[in-house]
Amino acid sequence: MIKGQRLYKVKVLIKRRSSILDPQGKAVEKGAKNLGLTDISGTRIGKYIEFLVDSNDEKITKKEANEYCSKLLANPIMEDYVYSLEKLS
Amino acid sequence: MKPKFGVVVFPGSNCDHDAYYSLKKIFHTEVNFLWHKETDLKNSDVIILPGGFSYGDYLRSGAIARFSPIMNSIIKFAAEGGYIMGICNGFQILVEAELLPGVLLKNKSLQFVCKDVYLSVANNNTVFTRGIETNKTLKIPIAHGEGNYFVDQTRLKTMIENNQIVFKYVSKDGKESEANNPNGSLMNIAGIINTKGNVLGMMPHPERACNPVLGNTDGSVIFETVINNIFN
Repeated sequence: MIKGQRLYKVKVLIKRRSSILDPQGKAVEKGAKNLGLTDISGTRIGKYIEFLVDSNDEKITKKEANEYCSKLLANPIMEDYVYSLEKLS
Repeated sequence: MKPKFGVVVFPGSNCDHDAYYSLKKIFHTEVNFLWHKETDLKNSDVIILPGGFSYGDYLRSGAIARFSPIMNSIIKFAAEGGYIMGICNGFQILVEAELLPGVLLKNKSLQFVCKDVYLSVANNNTVFTRGIETNKTLKIPIAHGEGNYFVDQTRLKTMIENNQIVFKYVSKDGKESEANNPNGSLMNIAGIINTKGNVLGMMPHPERACNPVLGNTDGSVIFETVINNIFN
């Protein structure tokens, strides 16, 4: 495999743990009320991150993605993450 | 003999010079700046992780700085019993590096809060606070957007048992209430220490309250305590 020939795109969704308050979500929801959207509730704000992995091996890709997510992208004390893989070629 | 200090400089640190100035000019100690890409701690006895916005606070405050090359040396230094003081962004880096428990969330108000607050010393049996009167309050400035301390209940219980809560936000006369909590921190926590007693993290800035010219010297007692206690 030629280095740089990226084969996997990883899409990560980081969510604040349900046990932790999300004042940002609450503040945004006030905006919904001001918009007249009275049915909206439970707004919580997370992060979406995507990156590429130079590998054609799904197992290695998942191992690297897990390490990246658990050690840097998400803080397990306050956040949970899920990701999906997309094979590019 | 006075201890030798090392002030770490990350890209985006902005209280590094305040700490350096206070330690050098007010307390007359030997101080060195330590660039984050270095690994040599220059024989420091105390490491200061200063305030600021390391790496622009991208992702989470302190999350990227935690992986700077100097942090490996600092983690090793902590394991060997070396003294570390993380102020504001430095505190955020220490929790990200898991040298201290918990996490610092966005302020409950969602606003950046920059003002003087009053602190009480909840544990005056640490190298950073030994002998400071617990019935007196210290007026120290805060300046942060993410200082809302959180930790799960199990961990909080062990922290209380181990007397790890060092500073609390209180009123001028020492009363702890929600009204005197500037950021929504659990139990009004403003500063904590690790179980070994050598790593302290605090959101308020004592280094900004040392010079009489600035009208407030309440922060001095913390540095004086460190200077006097390190080798005793």
